[in-house]
Amino acid sequence: MTQAFRIENSGLINRDKKLSFKFNGKTYFGYEGDTLASALLANGVHLVGRSFKYHRPRGFFGAGVDEPYAVVQLYRNGETEPNIKATEQELFEGLEAKSVNCWPSVNFDIGAINNFLRIFLPAGFYYKTFMWPKSFWYRIYEPFIRKAAGLGVASIKHDKERYEHKYEYCDLLIAGSGPSGLASAYAAAKNGAKVILAEDKPRFGGSLLTSDVNIGNQSGKDWAEGIIAELKTMPNVVVKNRSQIFGYYDHNMLVMSEKVSDHLPTTKKYHPNKRLWYIRAKEVLISSGSIERPIVFGNNDTPGVMLSSAAKEYLKVYGVLVGRKPLVFTNNDSGYETAIEFKKHGVDPVVLDSRKNPESEIIDEAKNLGINIKNSYVVVAAQGYKKVKSADIASISEDKKQLGKIENIECDCICVSGFWTPTIHLASQSGNKTKFKEEIDAFIPGQSKQNEITLGAANGVFTLEETLKTSFKAGSELSKKITENDNEISIPNVVEKKSSQHDKFWCVPLPKGKNYKRFLDFQNDVAVSDIEIALREGYRSIEHVKRYTTLGMATDQGKTSNLNGLQLVSEIENKVVPAVGHTTFRPPYTPVSIGAIVGREVGKHSKPTRKSPMHSWHEKNNAVFVDAGVWLRPRYYKRGNENLFEASKREAKNVRTNVGVCDVTTLGKIDVKGPDAAELLNRVYTNAWLKLPVGKARYGVMLREDGIVMDDGTTTRISENHYHMTTTTAQAANVLSHLEYYLQLVWPELNVNVVSTTEQWAGAAIAGPKSRDLLQKLFPNSDVSNEGLPFMGYMEGDLFGVKARIFRISFSGELAYEVNVESDYGNFMWEKIMEVGKEFNIQPYGTEALSTLRIEMGHVAGSELDGRTIPFDNALEGLVSKKKDFIGKRSLQRSAFIAEDRQRIVGVVPLDKQTSIPEGSHLVKDDKAPLPNPKLGHISASCWSVEYDNPFSLAILKDGKNMIGQKLFAMSPLKNKVIPVEIVSSHYVDPKGERVRS
Amino acid sequence: MLYINCPHCGMRSQNEFSYGGDASVKRPELNKEVSDQEWDNFVYNRKSLRGKHLELWQHISGCRQWIKVERDTATHEIFRTFKADEEVA
Ligand SMILES: [Zn+2]
Repeated sequence: MTQAFRIENSGLINRDKKLSFKFNGKTYFGYEGDTLASALLANGVHLVGRSFKYHRPRGFFGAGVDEPYAVVQLYRNGETEPNIKATEQELFEGLEAKSVNCWPSVNFDIGAINNFLRIFLPAGFYYKTFMWPKSFWYRIYEPFIRKAAGLGVASIKHDKERYEHKYEYCDLLIAGSGPSGLASAYAAAKNGAKVILAEDKPRFGGSLLTSDVNIGNQSGKDWAEGIIAELKTMPNVVVKNRSQIFGYYDHNMLVMSEKVSDHLPTTKKYHPNKRLWYIRAKEVLISSGSIERPIVFGNNDTPGVMLSSAAKEYLKVYGVLVGRKPLVFTNNDSGYETAIEFKKHGVDPVVLDSRKNPESEIIDEAKNLGINIKNSYVVVAAQGYKKVKSADIASISEDKKQLGKIENIECDCICVSGFWTPTIHLASQSGNKTKFKEEIDAFIPGQSKQNEITLGAANGVFTLEETLKTSFKAGSELSKKITENDNEISIPNVVEKKSSQHDKFWCVPLPKGKNYKRFLDFQNDVAVSDIEIALREGYRSIEHVKRYTTLGMATDQGKTSNLNGLQLVSEIENKVVPAVGHTTFRPPYTPVSIGAIVGREVGKHSKPTRKSPMHSWHEKNNAVFVDAGVWLRPRYYKRGNENLFEASKREAKNVRTNVGVCDVTTLGKIDVKGPDAAELLNRVYTNAWLKLPVGKARYGVMLREDGIVMDDGTTTRISENHYHMTTTTAQAANVLSHLEYYLQLVWPELNVNVVSTTEQWAGAAIAGPKSRDLLQKLFPNSDVSNEGLPFMGYMEGDLFGVKARIFRISFSGELAYEVNVESDYGNFMWEKIMEVGKEFNIQPYGTEALSTLRIEMGHVAGSELDGRTIPFDNALEGLVSKKKDFIGKRSLQRSAFIAEDRQRIVGVVPLDKQTSIPEGSHLVKDDKAPLPNPKLGHISASCWSVEYDNPFSLAILKDGKNMIGQKLFAMSPLKNKVIPVEIVSSHYVDPKGERVRS
Repeated sequence: MLYINCPHCGMRSQNEFSYGGDASVKRPELNKEVSDQEWDNFVYNRKSLRGKHLELWQHISGCRQWIKVERDTATHEIFRTFKADEEVA
């Protein structure tokens, strides 16, 4: 198919590079530099989709970010992406796109029946209809809405593309590269300021690309090109196209999404698809321009009705005629500019101007060109279903209430201009309280809240001369404040045509007996009548009207519809627009792909992965790993076809009978040093620390101020003023902050320093009846006998030339030791232990066996110290000093904490000695009781006792102290299990703790 | 994202800090009789002000110092920052 609507001698596209693409399965051609929208229009394709609610045919309304209709599903490089604006998507070879919101096809859409049923789909339809009966929601309503709604489908495949985040700092961040962005960037750059200039389109220049102006004896477009070329050579300037600043956050932090690869058939190697920039700017210059607003009339959503500025852009940037019989409908001079461009390219437009007798240089030019102009005329309704075929037009009275006789004129497009709305989103997001500017019927930024200033059309300034003057000045003054340079810049001479005052008219009244739909929000199908209903039903706040009618809630965020909606509310309510106010502008300004927000933090990269120095040994020896916080720990070491249960049972059993070794590097370690170190420990832990001798370790429990157990672990006195504290893996960072808090803020008089040494030491726990024999062989020169190294003793040793710390501590309940060496020697230590341990039948054991061993011993861990338990609950009240004060002690006097029937840890054994009890099961008295069945406690941890060869669990149980011997039920509705159980002591194995001291 | 002036390190982004709550709370002295009311006020009761608020932050990914930040809880404006041992006038 030929590009029948492409014209010669116009446009900035590259005609040497022809590209083929597919839309709804059909192949077309366009040029490099086209958007999907301009290429389709060049081929005369106006029908691109169906509307959200009524499935009415939809075409193109804009030419950029404001586009409400032309949202397509894009296919690129084997991937698919929904919600792409055809007006923003650049054409590339092989591009494929499909319409959304239509089934089975855009030309024949069954959902369009809604259009004929629309009397049943008024404002609030969803709220009113889908509310009852409740049971219908999941089965009928939700699937129906999901199928009928939606703007495309998300891919269910893993996204192969890469997304990056970048953090940047600059003196001046400039949003938008139109005349004001370019002028301010240039002035600031000349003063040596670090400038970032962002443009969301592929081409820099903004309105200068399409306006008929002269700057410094060049066309506006050439001037823009010259400025950009010079900025690009300056080392203190970053210019970025395809980059949308979409959010303005606290303290001048702005976020920008850069489309790095969307305009290419495939992403280049090592390139991201998109790059998200977090920019902290000293000053922000908002030069985001303005968006033309529509005039509302009947059937104003028909394909072929579009903004007059869009028609001009398609002509001047892409060399595309949006029609050959254009009708221009305007209330200001901008429509004439579009008409003049049509005329210059051999097309005869008709201009309808709602004004009676406007006069200006632009209008004079149009008249001189012989353009047919009808004053005091309006479009009453567009005619045509899938494309504009004609327009009903009429004269209008001066008060804009009475229409004259309706005439029908033939046309193939209607270019509408209802004046301009400044793009104030960024300013508003920054916290700027906007104000209404009567002369332009629109909001502009008010008093700056952060270091931001808005210039040019975004500030309601629509003459080029003033825009350039104020922008050069602002760029120069803001940069001067920062760099203290003051290089003078001569402001170029500007030639532009003067325009006349626009007409405040924005909505064409309905002719008698006609009931045309007059749309305000084109993407969400919100019509004038919907707003009327909402107001009739009592909605007053503009925020409520918005939510009830969905006005401005679609993916275009009402860029074209908001102001007309406000005008309508103000008219009906008889209030002025500023009294109605506008809805809050929230980021993002345009949709941002989730991939860009997530960046590189996907899959394995979503958190750091920490590995112990022995990790590669574990890998080589068939360890199956488990995530323990950010650490990877061996869960078990697989032998042959063993499963988790079999392997962990074997490993635990070997600890109870021979000796095992476990990697405990992940434990948190903190060095506590200074003359007041013991005093600090004494205040932090619940038990007494002042008399711990050098070379001894002690188990301690620390509380939060609210009395809840925060962490536990052993701390060893290495020397006079030096303690080695261990924490649980999970709490390591919190405990360090906790100590720093008290040392820096509460007790600064204590002379103590704390520092994390977790990474400095590799740790191996050696546990089992043969562990002492093994240790003696590892340290032949040390006396590790029960006398030489008693329970809770500490000594230094020489491990084949490597300095080691040896602690006699036990987590497994067996005779056990923990050996630490500097991290770099971790693997050496491990291999030596395995090598020397061979004769004692040593086996490595993972976290699963570790859990089994501690559970059957009744040692508490994270699942009991869950942020809800006090020492008593964990049977640790023996460690709570009655004599001294410590953090959280006062809270232990709370009545709930000293209640007679306070919860407490117990052991739980299934009566059949066979059925494992799922962790999290509730303990109840009566398994047949009506729901909700009163819960007495919960199972915190479960294992298969290797000592007794039956299941064993720990539980936190109400009045646990008096429940030993009772029979209860463990219920897990999740696993559909009801298990009769007996409550026993939590110390299932070696209740007197003789083994650890043996 | 807030931009916080660490009195030890200079201007740093919020993601280097962790929040520590109301800085005006004073822990009752150790070994002192404390009434239930007094203790509850220390552990639980906070004013949750709208407006100027003196609060604690720790420069956790920086110098690890706890600092005091005077911030408006409604506008996020930060007025002044102090070292842990600095008197707030
Ligand atoms: Zn710092």
